[in-house]
Amino acid sequence: MLASILASGLAVGAVYALIGITYNTMFQASRVMSFTAGQLGMLGGVFGSALVLRLGLPIIVGLALTLLSCALVGIVTEIVAVRPVLKSLDQHLYVLSTLALALMIQQLVAIEWGTEPRPFPHLFGIGSGGLSDEKFWLPVIACAAVILGLEWLYRHTLVGRAFLAIAEDNFAARALGLPERELRIASFALAGMIGALAGFSGGALLLAFFANGALLNFYGFVPVALGGLGNNRGAVIGGLALGVFQQAANFWVGGIFASIAVFVLFIIVLLAAPQGLFGHHAARRV
Amino acid sequence: MQDFPMHDSPMQDSRMQGSRIALAAVGEKRRFGPRWSDIAPLVAIFALALLVPLASNDYWVLIATRAAIYWVLVAGLNLMIGFAGQLAIGYVALLTLGAYTTSVLVAGNVMPPLHPFAALGVAALAGSLFGVLVGLPALRLRTFYFAMSTLGFATIVTQIALAWQSVTGGGIGLPGPELPAPFDSHAGLFYFCLGIAALVTLLTFNLAHSRFGRALIALRDAEVAAEAMGISKPRLLVSVFLLAGAVAALAGGLFASLQTYITPDAFTFDLSVLFFIAVLIGGRGSILGPLLGTVILTLLPEFAAPLAAWSTFLYAVLLLGIVLVAPGGIADLLDRVNRRPLPANRAILPQPALLDPLIAVTSHGAGIALRRIMLSFGGVRAVDGVDLAIPRGQIHGLIGPNGSGKTTTLNLISGYYRPQSGEVTLDDRPLEPGRPETRALSGIARTFQTPRIIGEASVLQNVMIGGSIRGRASFPEAMLSAPRHRADETMLADSAGLALRAVGLGGLADIRADRLQHSELRFLEIARALMTRPCFILLDEPAAGLAPDEIQRLGVLIQEIARRGTGVLLVEHHADLIFAICDQVTVLNLGRVLAAGTPDDIRRHQEVVSAYLG
Repeated sequence: MLASILASGLAVGAVYALIGITYNTMFQASRVMSFTAGQLGMLGGVFGSALVLRLGLPIIVGLALTLLSCALVGIVTEIVAVRPVLKSLDQHLYVLSTLALALMIQQLVAIEWGTEPRPFPHLFGIGSGGLSDEKFWLPVIACAAVILGLEWLYRHTLVGRAFLAIAEDNFAARALGLPERELRIASFALAGMIGALAGFSGGALLLAFFANGALLNFYGFVPVALGGLGNNRGAVIGGLALGVFQQAANFWVGGIFASIAVFVLFIIVLLAAPQGLFGHHAARRV
Repeated sequence: MQDFPMHDSPMQDSRMQGSRIALAAVGEKRRFGPRWSDIAPLVAIFALALLVPLASNDYWVLIATRAAIYWVLVAGLNLMIGFAGQLAIGYVALLTLGAYTTSVLVAGNVMPPLHPFAALGVAALAGSLFGVLVGLPALRLRTFYFAMSTLGFATIVTQIALAWQSVTGGGIGLPGPELPAPFDSHAGLFYFCLGIAALVTLLTFNLAHSRFGRALIALRDAEVAAEAMGISKPRLLVSVFLLAGAVAALAGGLFASLQTYITPDAFTFDLSVLFFIAVLIGGRGSILGPLLGTVILTLLPEFAAPLAAWSTFLYAVLLLGIVLVAPGGIADLLDRVNRRPLPANRAILPQPALLDPLIAVTSHGAGIALRRIMLSFGGVRAVDGVDLAIPRGQIHGLIGPNGSGKTTTLNLISGYYRPQSGEVTLDDRPLEPGRPETRALSGIARTFQTPRIIGEASVLQNVMIGGSIRGRASFPEAMLSAPRHRADETMLADSAGLALRAVGLGGLADIRADRLQHSELRFLEIARALMTRPCFILLDEPAAGLAPDEIQRLGVLIQEIARRGTGVLLVEHHADLIFAICDQVTVLNLGRVLAAGTPDDIRRHQEVVSAYLG
């Protein structure tokens, strides 16, 4: 039983962690926390199901098209909801603009795709049923791949270093002549693909369901709060811990308590360590 | 104390020039408080609503009941979003909570059945409790976290409603409470809901026009300044969360009664969006706007049936449109259209004679003293062992090159920063570090290097915010417009008017503050600081951006303030002003005291002259 809790907990946790990384990727490039992060995860599942199950495309083509579409959604987010409000000092504006876009995405899916959860295709068809079922290990593999990929990108490529420079000090990076706007667009495209991967790899677990967006928005943000804004390693640890905790609580004390426990934990962490458990305390500016 | 050169003549001179503006305000008895034009539309809407059951069929009565119930919730949410600027995006959760609490208690699923009214009361209590719990992150963190915590709460409430089958009936749901006669008919329920809606409107209207309403807006638009005026964010927000949570849950109970049967499906996130957008379309800081917004958004799907499926999508488009095109809301657009030009050649003409009733320095003591204060940011020693004394009735100048630690010193005194070592005392008692909201009560007021004002509020209201700590009425008293509250309002308006005339802005009292010139904002901040009846006033570069004649009048004003017993700390770059009016001058360089003494000492100080004065 412990094994099944761990397996499902790590799987769900990996999806949360990926959504957390989606938040972080957008945040690092723009200092904006975008409500579209969860919707990207939802879209990953819906596009995957639509392309592979409904249109019958090969899985690899379906995945590629899903990633591409979500990258596009990321870019649209940047153009429509982020760029216009970046100049404003009022942080209310980005909360509202990204929320508006997220709602538009969710409603479009609800209308065009339907409000019932739909099945997601089996990708490899191995280990169906038991603990070795692909739905348990696919998200974990996707999460590991994303982390390794990002590490490689940030450490070994020029573009990756430019991302880091923008994240570290926007003004200085621009002064050095880095194309800040293009890098920001690229970051949002990248975030779109990471979110899509979260939904695609977790599709068998979460199904293709329009309401997953709001759910992932919250459960994907909890790891970010735990790990600290912009801290990917923190998000992965936080996401996996959240997933296991949730499944364990589900099993031992029931779903009601599990939900309450996660929420209370979230509030406590925010109050006790607002910079996250792995983040740094920032001095207040007056 | 030295006199400012040419004290008398320019004052009289300019008083003549600008007499038109100055006179307009003097002697005029201002009636302050909600105007009839604010109240009339609200009364008209409710009077019209009374006629609905007489003039139409049951269907429209149902729709009108729904609008009334939504407004009960939105009225509370309006204080939170429109006034306090806290973006509660998942407030449907409190509607759900109230609906289930009332239904479950009346049905008797967990304990013997309760009377519907008692159940509504319990639901309201539960609503305030959870309203505060969900709001806890807002007390300390940026509004995004609060948005997230309300979203999370909405997520788990739905999950619980589905999972806790023995109590909530799970996906099948349970019947809503039926109110006793005469409220069991369609019209009866409507009048009951309308009555509650009217009551909630009255309460929030009173709050909006009280010092608490102004303080909420101050926290939204100028949080740092609000703290300096002694406004405690956590206390105020908790009061608002209690109220908004209670009315939202109450609305939930009524909603369940209207629906007659509730399932988790009845409480979709779309409803949250509707509430949220009703406030934003109506405009921030208004009661009428969000009320109209609620009514329109409730009615709209009835008139545009083919669009019903798209309504939430269209609301979202509308939201994005508002954010991108008119972030200030519709009220702001209207204001821009209707405004008349201000006189271009207006002058700021302080009337120091009016300062007498504004300054009441009674206690005596050693004043403010800093001893061996040290603070570094990262590796930089911003303030490195500074000693400073500000006695009452004197002007202490603080000068030095950029980055020498002047403003940091000021922020240490006013409690925004905690020193790493050393202490700040007031009359030999330590001032609590890191608690800026306590300074106003200790008699320390300040202004800011960049004026921090509420652009959407009138100049008079901006100044009244300074007097927040002098109000006597409690939050509930303000809500009920009790006599003590009305006395507060009269007192605050009178003394704000006086403070404005004293600093020379009497003619601009009713103008929106964001239309003022930069120099006028500086004087506005001084008037606001005077409202706390300070024993000490800390001025952060008050002369920056002022014309020479304005600097000269500012100098006179500061001298007159100090002459009446207030201690002044003056951070400035204008050496002329410093040397003309200060009793003591401290020169900082790289966080250390380079020199301290009388203006004459400093003027002769070799190092200062070569390093700074040139």
